[in-house]
Amino acid sequence: MPEKTYREALREAMVQEMENDESVLLMGEDIGVYGGTHLITDGLLDMFGPRRVVDTPISEGGFTGAAVGMAMTGLKPIVEMMTWNFSFLAADQIIQNAAKVRYFSGGQVEVPLVIRGPNGGGVQLSAQHTHSLENMYGHFPGLKVVSPVTPNDVKGMMLTAIRDPNPVIFLEAGALYGTKGEVPEGDNAVPFGKARVAREGDDVTLVSYGRQVNLCMRVADKLEEEDDVSAEVIDVRSIRPLDEETLVESVKKTHRAVAVQEQWRYFGVASEVAAIIQDKAFDYLDAPVERVSGAETPAPFARNLELAAFPNEDMVADAARRVLYEKVV
Amino acid sequence: MSAENERTGDGGVETQEEPREESRDGGAVATDGEHLVELYKNMILIRTFEEATQRGFRQGKIGGYLHVYIGQEAVATGFIDAYKEGDRVITAYRDHPFPLLLGSDPKSVMAELYGKGTGLVKGKGGSMHLFDVENGLYGGYGIVGGHIPLGVGFAYAMKYQETDHICQLYLGDGAINNGAFHEAANLSGLWGRDGMNPCLWIIENNQYGMGTSVARSTAMTDLGAKFDAYGIEHEKVDGMDLEAVLEVAHRTADKVRETGQPYVVEALTYRTAPHGSADFFEKYRTKDEVKKWRQRDPVGQLEHKLLEREILDEDALEEIRAEMKETIDEATNFADESEEPSVEELYTDVYAGEDEYMGEE
Repeated sequence: MPEKTYREALREAMVQEMENDESVLLMGEDIGVYGGTHLITDGLLDMFGPRRVVDTPISEGGFTGAAVGMAMTGLKPIVEMMTWNFSFLAADQIIQNAAKVRYFSGGQVEVPLVIRGPNGGGVQLSAQHTHSLENMYGHFPGLKVVSPVTPNDVKGMMLTAIRDPNPVIFLEAGALYGTKGEVPEGDNAVPFGKARVAREGDDVTLVSYGRQVNLCMRVADKLEEEDDVSAEVIDVRSIRPLDEETLVESVKKTHRAVAVQEQWRYFGVASEVAAIIQDKAFDYLDAPVERVSGAETPAPFARNLELAAFPNEDMVADAARRVLYEKVV
Repeated sequence: MSAENERTGDGGVETQEEPREESRDGGAVATDGEHLVELYKNMILIRTFEEATQRGFRQGKIGGYLHVYIGQEAVATGFIDAYKEGDRVITAYRDHPFPLLLGSDPKSVMAELYGKGTGLVKGKGGSMHLFDVENGLYGGYGIVGGHIPLGVGFAYAMKYQETDHICQLYLGDGAINNGAFHEAANLSGLWGRDGMNPCLWIIENNQYGMGTSVARSTAMTDLGAKFDAYGIEHEKVDGMDLEAVLEVAHRTADKVRETGQPYVVEALTYRTAPHGSADFFEKYRTKDEVKKWRQRDPVGQLEHKLLEREILDEDALEEIRAEMKETIDEATNFADESEEPSVEELYTDVYAGEDEYMGEE
């Protein structure tokens, strides 16, 4: 199977659907002539022309709203949010229009819209350019929210997102655009609402999504090496809908869980995961579910502070040891 | 300045130009008598409908907010006359006249306001979210300014799909100072430069955003001129005079259809009814001001013309009023007697496609 970068896989999905479906178009800031801030759309203007690769002015609310209008009337826009940090300026359009218009129109319209862009931090962009918004958007009925981490999933979930008749919030692991992985040619559509068991294990379940999955994989290696503990790693990848079944099945096997997220602790996805587990697998639990989260501060700039602000291997490994009632050094 | 005007700070009256004589002639529009009678019926339909909704609200049969179109009827009636099948209409929350003019059954419009399952959007939207996509109405939105980018998107899509349809995008004067307005106007002008934005912007300038007059909202009170910043042409019309509106509506709709470029009409009008159901005291305007505008009531003006030109006599007018009253009485009875939506409807239409609802019920 060919190896591709996350960036290439993402681009491939969009090109494939644009070739298959005339109604798919791209919109966003500097996606055309410039080639995209993160070079995801590089070359697409030449391939598809300016009607289908629309460079917009810097007005997130305006162009996101226009895309909602296009989606309501037969087009399938893919909007690039240069980074998700700018989506607050478009939040009224996403939340008040995209998410709800189908409902308050009594089902008379559909909104087949994808809004995509890099989410999360880790590259010293400091407070205003570092957010993980999966819990915020995951809160609103009417939206679907996904957060793929592997090149295979980013392609497969983008195919699914474009074909979905609902608005999809597509949160990319911005720090991982250059990472490589196996990606099949052609159609590898990955359904929403299905978590991926990234690594099988018996003793403890590590639940995460986005780039924290890679962290959990490293921690699983570490636990195996240092503690002889077999950790299962679950990549949730679809935040809404959330695959409760895979979580519950895993905990029934391991009896212990740690939920890891880059975002802030309170009211986050990890809290939801912990709630689901205590709801549906309470009798199987041998320890309270642990959460590992970002520090309760705006994201700092200095590298050492930034590293301290996000979950690291030790934090996750120690949380796993606590739920295993092992001695934490 | 009267004492009352001093109290409100500006008194809406002075902030507005007197309607110009030339616009009152109705230009060169050839509206035959029969057509005027049809439109008169539409205006009476709207007026009667709105009065019935006010009664329904007072009786506690209509919940939520209620924003009526009384005083502004000539604007929607004139512009929707220029609607062609396949066009798309979008507006804010003062939306009751639009489905009525576009061909929705008044019964289902009233039933929606009553929160019934037989309503236009199955009781899921209410007064502010009227949709009838089959007849070209794409809502009905509750956040001031929030719907404007959608209309610009509709217009882009129409050209992308290589049609000759247009979008009629209605907004109030209150939306003009909202960021969504400025971002969308900029996009409309930009895309229109390439013929990709057949959007007819219709500003229903009823002179108040809720209770704040235009003069108390912006130092630049010429609302059409805001569009100069975005390269979009504009003109004004006396929105109390149906014939004037008709002339402008047909001419500008044709122009937008032909060029694929946006165009703006600022219709100066007046909401003689309160802003909404909670606008009890109207401290922001004087009784004199309301009275003055009532004298220019669009329905009254048209009646006067119909009589003067001997198109209809008093009896014929009365007959139309009675006919419309009957239609609205039927609609009200229908709404009253209809069932509420079934509780199962709570979870439908959240998502399109197979997974109608995701989550616990």
